[in-house]
Amino acid sequence: MSAASFASTGGPPAIPHLDVDPFAIGFFADPFPTHDVLRDAGPVVYLDKWNVYGVARYAEVHAVLNDPMTFCSSRGVGLSDFKKEKPWRPPSLILEADPPAHTRTRAVLSRVLSPTVMKQVRDRFAAAAEERVDLLLEKRSFDAIADLAEAYPLSIFPDALGLRPEGREHLIPYASLVFNAFGPPNQLRQEAIERSAPHQAYIAEQCQRENLAPGGFGACIHARVDEGEITATEAPLLVRSLLSAGLDTTVNGIGAAVYCLARFPDQWQRLRDDPTLARNAFEEAVRFESPVQTFFRTTTREVELGGAVIGEGEKVLMFLGAANRDPRRWDKPDTYDITRRTSGHVGFGSGIHMCVGQLVARLEGEVMLSALARRIAKIEITGEPKRRFNNTLRGLDSLPVTITPA
Amino acid sequence: MPAITFIHSGGKTDRVDVSDGESAMHAATRHGLDGILAECGGNTMCATCHVYVDDGWLARLPAMADDEDALLDGAAAERMANSRLSCQIRITHELDGLVLRLPERQV
Repeated sequence: MSAASFASTGGPPAIPHLDVDPFAIGFFADPFPTHDVLRDAGPVVYLDKWNVYGVARYAEVHAVLNDPMTFCSSRGVGLSDFKKEKPWRPPSLILEADPPAHTRTRAVLSRVLSPTVMKQVRDRFAAAAEERVDLLLEKRSFDAIADLAEAYPLSIFPDALGLRPEGREHLIPYASLVFNAFGPPNQLRQEAIERSAPHQAYIAEQCQRENLAPGGFGACIHARVDEGEITATEAPLLVRSLLSAGLDTTVNGIGAAVYCLARFPDQWQRLRDDPTLARNAFEEAVRFESPVQTFFRTTTREVELGGAVIGEGEKVLMFLGAANRDPRRWDKPDTYDITRRTSGHVGFGSGIHMCVGQLVARLEGEVMLSALARRIAKIEITGEPKRRFNNTLRGLDSLPVTITPA
Repeated sequence: MPAITFIHSGGKTDRVDVSDGESAMHAATRHGLDGILAECGGNTMCATCHVYVDDGWLARLPAMADDEDALLDGAAAERMANSRLSCQIRITHELDGLVLRLPERQV
């Protein structure tokens, strides 16, 4: 009724202003009721707390992701506008870049993490998942975050990259810093940046060619310098992208999947009955929990979106997690269903910036869930799960469980 | 509205209506067809919407881009001369009646 009366007056509909802080601890603890409010308020909202536009419905999130020339990334994919503020670190050559510069660097990483490469590492990743399950079966009771969701990617990904054994303890803190830094200047971001120096020093060193083992993903990136596809100064920054985005994301993805399967025993039973559903069970967990909750874009011109007009140089916050549970797009969006057709979810983004490591994530998720389903009869949560708070990432800090062998 | 036919590896056929300009992959997932996964949602990043194009149609399809070509090398089922990614096949009236065969597996 009110929307209709706005329309009849002729001008564009007013954009609802909301008093919501999507970077507050209270929001992170339970974002879903606020996601409903954001989606129902309109296709585009304005968040007064941080002076940004927001989109939480699937259609608008998908539209923004797929119009990179209007909604650019080179001015930063966090709240900070690189045109107005100095970035906290040298910008990423892929995440924080637009075409045509982005096209060249993206092609390099796509090739390094291609389906062909995944076929080559598959057996190694699967064997490591079996070894991890061996250890868990010995323990019976453990923290499914530290001992599973973190331990498994840590046992394969740094080696796949070709990292030195020393200093790997910096990897998760560095990733946590990167994802906190996309947020506003709140306590999470400020504290992360204040403590960042040792992590940044490690990363800078580790990205150099001489510190990456032959045959690994890192060395493969540097090899592209010899082909003239990238320069010697670009290669370490592209390795940095894998260190920033390749570990903590899969930790939270696998953590989300285990948390879902432990919470919804009927879905766990379906997976037990048919372990070939493992890959989709992981994918559905990425939709359901959306380990990467948000990203920003910046408008390069005045643009109409969902009937609203947004001026040039405005930050637009995309709620990926809300889009992935938008009832306008998904049937029973709040149900975790391992047989759901998940194609089209935006948990890995969409368009030219869609997660370049998505095949690595799916491979890790699939082989781990498959190993669990074949060898474990039951997963029981035995204590209160604790949430880990980050400006971008959603996941748990600890999940005490007890397993029963199959 | 154009229609295209998918032939499953077991021989079953599904004829689906396609909106003008929609990709063959999108039409398949919209109709809930098994045999097309499309994990990346049509962004040419995953090779899980692999199809074999039926004789006679291949030359009438839009040319293959480099990224599609590279991805097909990593497809789960064998790559053949008539392999394409269905997310890259936009259906227009000229492709009404197109026949696509599905591989045994996508992952």
